[in-house]
Amino acid sequence: MVQAAESATTKRRGKGSNREPVLSKEQWQQAYRDMLLIRRFEEKAGQLYGMGLIGGFCHLYIGQEAVVVGMQMCLEKGDQVVTSYRDHGHMLATGMEARGVMAELTGREGGYSRGKGGSMHMFSREKGFYGGHGIVGAQVSIGAGLGFANWYRGNKGVAVAYFGEGASNQGQCFESFNLAALLKLPVIFVIENNKYGMGTSVERASASKDLSKNASPWGIPGEQVDGMSVSAVKEAGERAAQHCRDGRGPYLLEMKTYRYRGHSMSDPAKYRTREEVQKMREQHDCIETARNVLLELSVSEAELKKIDDEVKVIVQDAADFAQASPEPNEAELWTDVLVEAK
Amino acid sequence: MATAILMPALSPTMTEGKLARWLKKEGDAVKSGDVLAEIETDKATMEVEAVDEGTLTRIIVPEGTEGVAVNSPIAELNGGAGEAAPAPAAAPAPAAKAEPAPAPAAAAAPMAPAPVAAAPEKDWGATKPTTVREALRDAMALEMRRDADVFLMGEEVAQYQGAYKISQGLLDEFGAKRVIDTPITEHGFTGMAVGAAMTGLKPIVEFMTFNFSMQAIDHIINSAAKTLYMSGGQLGCPIVFRGPNGAASRVAAQHSQCYASWYAHVPGLKVVAPWSAADAKGLLRAAIRDPNPVIVLENEILYGQTFDCPVDEDFILPIGKAKVERVGKDVTIVAYSIAVSWAISAAEELAKQGIEAEVINLRSIRPLDVETIAASVKKTNRLVTVEEGWPYANIGTEVAMQVTEAAWDWLDAPPVRVCGKDIPMPYAANLEKLALPTVPEIVEAAKRVTYK
Repeated sequence: MVQAAESATTKRRGKGSNREPVLSKEQWQQAYRDMLLIRRFEEKAGQLYGMGLIGGFCHLYIGQEAVVVGMQMCLEKGDQVVTSYRDHGHMLATGMEARGVMAELTGREGGYSRGKGGSMHMFSREKGFYGGHGIVGAQVSIGAGLGFANWYRGNKGVAVAYFGEGASNQGQCFESFNLAALLKLPVIFVIENNKYGMGTSVERASASKDLSKNASPWGIPGEQVDGMSVSAVKEAGERAAQHCRDGRGPYLLEMKTYRYRGHSMSDPAKYRTREEVQKMREQHDCIETARNVLLELSVSEAELKKIDDEVKVIVQDAADFAQASPEPNEAELWTDVLVEAK
Repeated sequence: MATAILMPALSPTMTEGKLARWLKKEGDAVKSGDVLAEIETDKATMEVEAVDEGTLTRIIVPEGTEGVAVNSPIAELNGGAGEAAPAPAAAPAPAAKAEPAPAPAAAAAPMAPAPVAAAPEKDWGATKPTTVREALRDAMALEMRRDADVFLMGEEVAQYQGAYKISQGLLDEFGAKRVIDTPITEHGFTGMAVGAAMTGLKPIVEFMTFNFSMQAIDHIINSAAKTLYMSGGQLGCPIVFRGPNGAASRVAAQHSQCYASWYAHVPGLKVVAPWSAADAKGLLRAAIRDPNPVIVLENEILYGQTFDCPVDEDFILPIGKAKVERVGKDVTIVAYSIAVSWAISAAEELAKQGIEAEVINLRSIRPLDVETIAASVKKTNRLVTVEEGWPYANIGTEVAMQVTEAAWDWLDAPPVRVCGKDIPMPYAANLEKLALPTVPEIVEAAKRVTYK
């Protein structure tokens, strides 16, 4: 299992060097900052969960940051994003405020859903983020619908539907591939293959050996991408987005990635070895890679420290806000069930 | 500065756990991500990872200790890289002490508020004989002309002109972008329509029959009905799901089922069930304009039936308002969809026997017009409900319960439900007839509650 990930990660990287010229120095800096923000945010969320401040399910994105950050670099205002329940990273990547996300995790009034959605259910129409869906695979057909809306309105928008390799076996994924291909919908299907659907490895769950070919019967081009490399993600994402914007229909990207934490906070992760996790962290970590690239690009340690500090302040502020914000007013129990007629 | 490492909650239900093993000892350097200890929770053995960097200065809870409370200090870390200290153990944990919300002031069950009393039904003037089929088509065409965001999708709705010819002519008028043939993939195209609706488009999804909506019920409930609430009011889902519901004729168990109580159960959905052509036109127009997901339960047998329907261009009916189809003083018969036809036939038969039945056509299943029903029961003191759905937890059950709450003192007899038999629909003609409610059964029920 580790081997598969390694071959994917080494395939597109130059030997002995992490130098990846797809991104400019400024883009590397931005990517480093955005990935670090997600990582630190998630670490803080894990900490608040441990303190009992976050309840229920909490699925951390640690390890996979390069996927959303790289993809978001290919998107424009008006494009849409939809994903599963492992969604905090996606929200931060679309530019949603760390405060509002963290306060939703703590179930407070200041959260994006005013405390009524929780970890798995947040939305921001303004940022083009359409959830946050707790039903595995549902976001794939909803994502096709976001692409449908662009097609119907005749704009140049692109929708990105993220889902795990576990969800990729759901029947509605294939229904959505078919529908999107029939109507030539501008939607990028992004399979975040982190190798485990909860505790079941991809080999045990999917007879398909190459998930990037999952939509090929419908003529949808697919690529396997090193999802631990933000530059590789960005490069493939640009191809996919352009394909969609050119009116050529959907595109599929299989991101070979890895989550360092368990499926959720209550997952002991006994289905994989500690060594496997450690190896990915030490050899393929997207943030370490970006850091090394930046050092090679003559960005000083002091400049990196400045970014680290900036991120730390944002996350601490979000955590403070999420604890200070009051619980929703009890009257909120009855609101937002139906839109009241005008 | 020493930072306390607290006993973490590792599952939603964990309140205490066993500190099984320390993997670090006092004096060890610790960096973020290192495993500090193993903890046995109520579910499994879990590893505790370090969040902060520093040196483990003191182990407070030795390994092997059972019943360690969540949030109590288990060790101390001497702060390394200046990471802000985590909040102290006394940090409030609101989730744990949240008190149950108080019951609503009224003693009534906590349902969405009852519809506001509407004025008596507006007189829409001239009518013309119209089939339910034409009325549904006209409703969609009128709304599609009025609003470019409205479109129709479903199996065979475009080139075939509708499996039941409801969408006849719409493709010609509105083109293939607004009248969209889908493959036979209810789950996928319903999810797609819901996604489109989340962006503000107003899809009408036709199910060839509501039996097939079972393939898509996850999107109807989990994606369409709940998103407004889950998003704190940010993201609604203006969408209509429509198609024939209930038994047609001789199509047996998998194609003969009423979904009224299934969908009416769900907060976040509205459910209407038109009977006449006017109901069909007025309610479908209202459903399309409604900013919420609305289920429109049609009936295949009614499609070809002709009723007088207002011709006024602006004709529309309010969702949530029932109609008294026949005035009577002796017994209230509440029905919806095709059961209204049976109820009226029964009322005519009862009239011959000297019993004047008041027939209420619900039109809207959710919200339910309890006010109109209760007002009638306060006059007749007796209630019979009629529907083709199964008896268990059906709409009649809900009506009877709400009447019991709203007009208990006026009831002179226990309400009686006439409904489909509690069996899958048989195919044989004679058995199918027995499985559905019949006019004699309604007459019998009315006589029972009037003690005649």
